[in-house]
Amino acid sequence: MAVSTDKSATPSSSSSALRHASGNILAFFILILIGILAFSIRLFSVIKYESVIHEFDPYFNYRVTQFLIKNGIYDFWNWFDDRTWYPLGRVIGGTVYPGLTLTAGTMWKVLHFLNIPLSVETVCVFTAPVFSAFAAWATYLLTKEVKGSGAGLTAAVFLAMVPSYISRSVAGSYDNEAVAIFALIFTFYLYIKTLNTGSLFYATLNSIAYFYMVCSWGGYTFIINLIPMHVLLCIATGRYSSRLYIAYAPLVVLGTLLAALVPVVGFNAVMTSEHFASFLVFIIIHVVAFAYYIKGILSPKMFKVAATLVISVGLVVCCAVVAVLVAVVASSPTKGWSGRSLSLLDPTYASKYIPIIASVSEHQPPTWPSYFMDINVLAFLVPAGIIACFSPLSDASSFVILYIVMSVYFSGVMVRLMLVFAPAACIMSGIALSEAFDVFARSIKFYESGQSETIQNKANDTASASNVSLQNNGTEKDRKEDSVKERPSKKNKKKEKEIVQKPSSSKKAQPEKRLMVLPVEASVFALFLAVLLAAFYVVHSVWAAAEAYSAPSIVLTSYSPSGLHVFDDFREAYAWLSHNTEVDDKVASWWDYGYQTTAMANRTVIVDNNTWNNTHIATVGTAMSSPEKAAWEIFNSLDVKYVLVVFGGVVGYSSDDINKFLWMVRIGGGVFPHIKEPDYLRDGQYRIDSQATPTMLNSLMYKLSYYRFVETDGGKGYDRVRRTEIGKKYFKLTHFEEVFTTHHWMVRIYKLKPQKNRIRGKTKKSKLKTSSSTPTKTGTTKKNPWH
Amino acid sequence: MGKSATTKDDAQALFHSLRSAYSATPTNLKIIDLYVVFAVSTALIQVVYMAIVGSFPFNSFLSGVLSCVGTAVLAVCLRIQVNKENKEFKDLPPERAFADFVLCNLVLHLVIMNFLG
Repeated sequence: MAVSTDKSATPSSSSSALRHASGNILAFFILILIGILAFSIRLFSVIKYESVIHEFDPYFNYRVTQFLIKNGIYDFWNWFDDRTWYPLGRVIGGTVYPGLTLTAGTMWKVLHFLNIPLSVETVCVFTAPVFSAFAAWATYLLTKEVKGSGAGLTAAVFLAMVPSYISRSVAGSYDNEAVAIFALIFTFYLYIKTLNTGSLFYATLNSIAYFYMVCSWGGYTFIINLIPMHVLLCIATGRYSSRLYIAYAPLVVLGTLLAALVPVVGFNAVMTSEHFASFLVFIIIHVVAFAYYIKGILSPKMFKVAATLVISVGLVVCCAVVAVLVAVVASSPTKGWSGRSLSLLDPTYASKYIPIIASVSEHQPPTWPSYFMDINVLAFLVPAGIIACFSPLSDASSFVILYIVMSVYFSGVMVRLMLVFAPAACIMSGIALSEAFDVFARSIKFYESGQSETIQNKANDTASASNVSLQNNGTEKDRKEDSVKERPSKKNKKKEKEIVQKPSSSKKAQPEKRLMVLPVEASVFALFLAVLLAAFYVVHSVWAAAEAYSAPSIVLTSYSPSGLHVFDDFREAYAWLSHNTEVDDKVASWWDYGYQTTAMANRTVIVDNNTWNNTHIATVGTAMSSPEKAAWEIFNSLDVKYVLVVFGGVVGYSSDDINKFLWMVRIGGGVFPHIKEPDYLRDGQYRIDSQATPTMLNSLMYKLSYYRFVETDGGKGYDRVRRTEIGKKYFKLTHFEEVFTTHHWMVRIYKLKPQKNRIRGKTKKSKLKTSSSTPTKTGTTKKNPWH
Repeated sequence: MGKSATTKDDAQALFHSLRSAYSATPTNLKIIDLYVVFAVSTALIQVVYMAIVGSFPFNSFLSGVLSCVGTAVLAVCLRIQVNKENKEFKDLPPERAFADFVLCNLVLHLVIMNFLG
């Protein structure tokens, strides 16, 4: 990109304009290719399986989208869902983040307006790949603001393929993160753009993009805490400018208002601790702005007087206000934070107080190999990128550094937040790799120009000319104006370092400020190695997308010597439910399957994945852990007709309900003290073989899972997941009857037997006296509340 | 005693110098400053009213206060962009600054209308 041989002025300006234009066109085409790449790498699941919605949460979003499209937006805002959390119901309009469903609904409406009859399911399945292409373009824009369009293109390519983002946005993964990551990057881009240009127009757009982010995902609190932190960092490092004020102050006011508009957030936007940081920094930036203004209009002596006066008075007022605030916040038991946010700040909080949050596998801390799996080569490039950001430290690059430091910390707490770390890693790696390519290409150009003996003069020319390169669109304007405003430190450093030239002989190009010229053989070899590095990244990303992250988890496959086995048991069970039961029948299962049951089987469930009511889940957990009669009583009190159990012992499916049983006991025991975990443990372990405790062998979960299990392998009863033979092999069910078991025995459905009309033998009164003695009750004084 | 006297003298000198420095600002900036003071005082009046009467329709209170604070903030931004002494914005025509100000106020008041209840 450097102009090395031009001598006269006019040809250079026109040829540089031409080069500029061709560079822009090239960038445009590369961006289109990046978008196509981002879209197509996520299509593996559609090719390998079918166009189906994956997992559990997307089924809820799909059902909500269907409702929105059928009934319109007013009914959607006011929707009270009585098909879930029976008998409580759920206010969907007020508890769902509407961004994703409104986006998909709008896309469907637009397509139908253009007479393209795509079904709702197709639109939902392909929403995520489309928005990942948009996210790649937003990354290009953001990195272009920080470093230049070369870095922008590299970062966009990285983001299009980073496995961490692919894992949550494959075709079919119709979840909030699909649009939220695009909204996150776009909001950050508009913030940096406002910071760089100081234009109120972009500040307005920034607030609207922030509104879209609040609509889409609960992770918006990351934005509303990161931006105040960056403002504070800028003020503390002496980078306060009026552009900072324009970038931040309107965002706080408009952003808070817009956040309060979304029903899920509502008044939490002004009352929870997650937002207090933004208000605090709002006050601080006003104080700082006022101080700078006074400093500008007073003489230095008078300013000193004013400062001492204000500080002495203001300190007293400040202490009083802070004391009041601390008292208000400390009076609430969680200091004003919500449970999920608190578990981010204190990772041990959830396991002590909220077992439901602790039980979700996505909320566990990640392992070290998962970093390499999820961001691969970028893990090596990120530190280089951080150093490159310091070379000219601008407001934008300090923001990106803060972003990556914060996201690394949070990704270490919860594996789900690796997703927020991925864009930061891509930006940093893009900057690093493009700086490296810049050095190598410049070295090769030097060699080609063949004037290595006049390095001093040439270096001055190329230094000033390489500023015109595509990689630094921003500085061009600076140099032309010759005013040290936007990036003062960068310009000064560039002027200094241009005088001092020395060809470095280091092999690996650490991006430095001075102009580096490597020996040409080293740079060619290093260029080849860099391309190889990128190739490894591509190979790994494609493999991860194809093999690791494309599974829809509602259809399972396994490869055996006799070919491909497909396990479609879940959909089989839901179809049976929808065809063979009444519309108003209630189905009880563990909360994992709630969303799928309401979406596919269209039956009312007791608990689902929203997990907003711990006591209700504990009720179901208690029922699953109790003996048959007690469980029957609990389910009967909830009007349940059918019980659904997932069992993997025949085929070796390890995410079945017996493996989740420990959570049922823990959550149930947390609310109903008569369920005690040690009753189910033998030597500190949950066992289902002959060494299992009687409580375990009598529990409903054991009985419903292993009823008639011995018939599958001729009497042995060998459980493939737990790898032992089961303890109690031959037993009858007294209060439940089996109505359906799927082909591979993965889902089993039971019906509650109706109460007997006559009680033979004993009278009713004495029956109450001799209430069923459950083994759990031996030696306890706490009465079982269900009798 | 002497200390308080010097403090008093200092305060008076400070007050005088502030007054003289402020009177040197151009009239259009003074008008914007007046508008900011008006908006902030309206917000204060609303807060006092809420303290007296109670905050029942909280969304109304919030939208009222935030609309005053918001338009004050936007006016300050306009003042920054229009101020001739500000070297960062000397390329920005004041008409463009005013157009941005109007647009942002439009968005703000649209949201306020929606939230007012």
